[in-house]
Amino acid sequence: MPQQRTYEVMFIVRPDLSEEETERVVSSVESSASTAGITVKNTERMGKRRLAYRVRKFQDGMYVLLTVEGPGSALAELERRLRVTEPVIKYITVRIDEEQKRLAKVKKIRDSKVRGRPQPAETASGAEPAPVTA
Amino acid sequence: MADEDKKKEVTGEAPEAASAAPSAAPSTPAARPYGRGPGGPGGRRPGGPGGRPGARGEGGPRKFFRRKKVCKFCVEKIDSINYKDVRLLQQFVAERGKIVPRRLTGVCTPHQRRLTTAIKQARNIALLPFAARY
Repeated sequence: MPQQRTYEVMFIVRPDLSEEETERVVSSVESSASTAGITVKNTERMGKRRLAYRVRKFQDGMYVLLTVEGPGSALAELERRLRVTEPVIKYITVRIDEEQKRLAKVKKIRDSKVRGRPQPAETASGAEPAPVTA
Repeated sequence: MADEDKKKEVTGEAPEAASAAPSAAPSTPAARPYGRGPGGPGGRRPGGPGGRPGARGEGGPRKFFRRKKVCKFCVEKIDSINYKDVRLLQQFVAERGKIVPRRLTGVCTPHQRRLTTAIKQARNIALLPFAARY
């Protein structure tokens, strides 16, 4: 079974669509993701934002963020579909499973350090008599 | 014999000074537009152009006070530099949209590398401009 990787796909839908049309576009992207074998973990609509530069004659766009999980080949397929979808004017896919692993490790180290502070008082008092008796 | 040694010393020093001077000269004019101009986003004022420790200003004139610049990410323990938090990234981007070198911001190398990746990702998804302010 191919390894499941976690990705973040952010895409921009053109702003001159109505609410329901944007919804339709987003759900069609989600369904094409599931047909490609990708599980959509989370969908976040970041709303209409002003673009930093003009994209296809638009100055703002609807930002949508998908957190998905799937194999790399399926993501390539999803990207191809996004490129073809007309209302989607820009997209970016970022792989985040390595980053999440790193963050979890850092967090664990930090948590263990914080918890370790009250302990040295006990361990020190516990260790002291041992060398004395030895 | 002594004269020869003295001559050798003089010739030994001269090439060093000659090599140090031209290396110090490019650093100051390069740093000047950021230190004096509209650069310095977020009210961040560098200690002095070319005055940062570690720069090649060792051989040149040390007129400026070397303020100890700390890495913002190390101090505040910001783990993940995401392309999505535009406000954080904007502090490290000049007005024209260029990425500010780390000798001015004081960011440490691993964080600067991650910051650069995040800024480039944000530029691709139109959250940050490639070149702003015509």
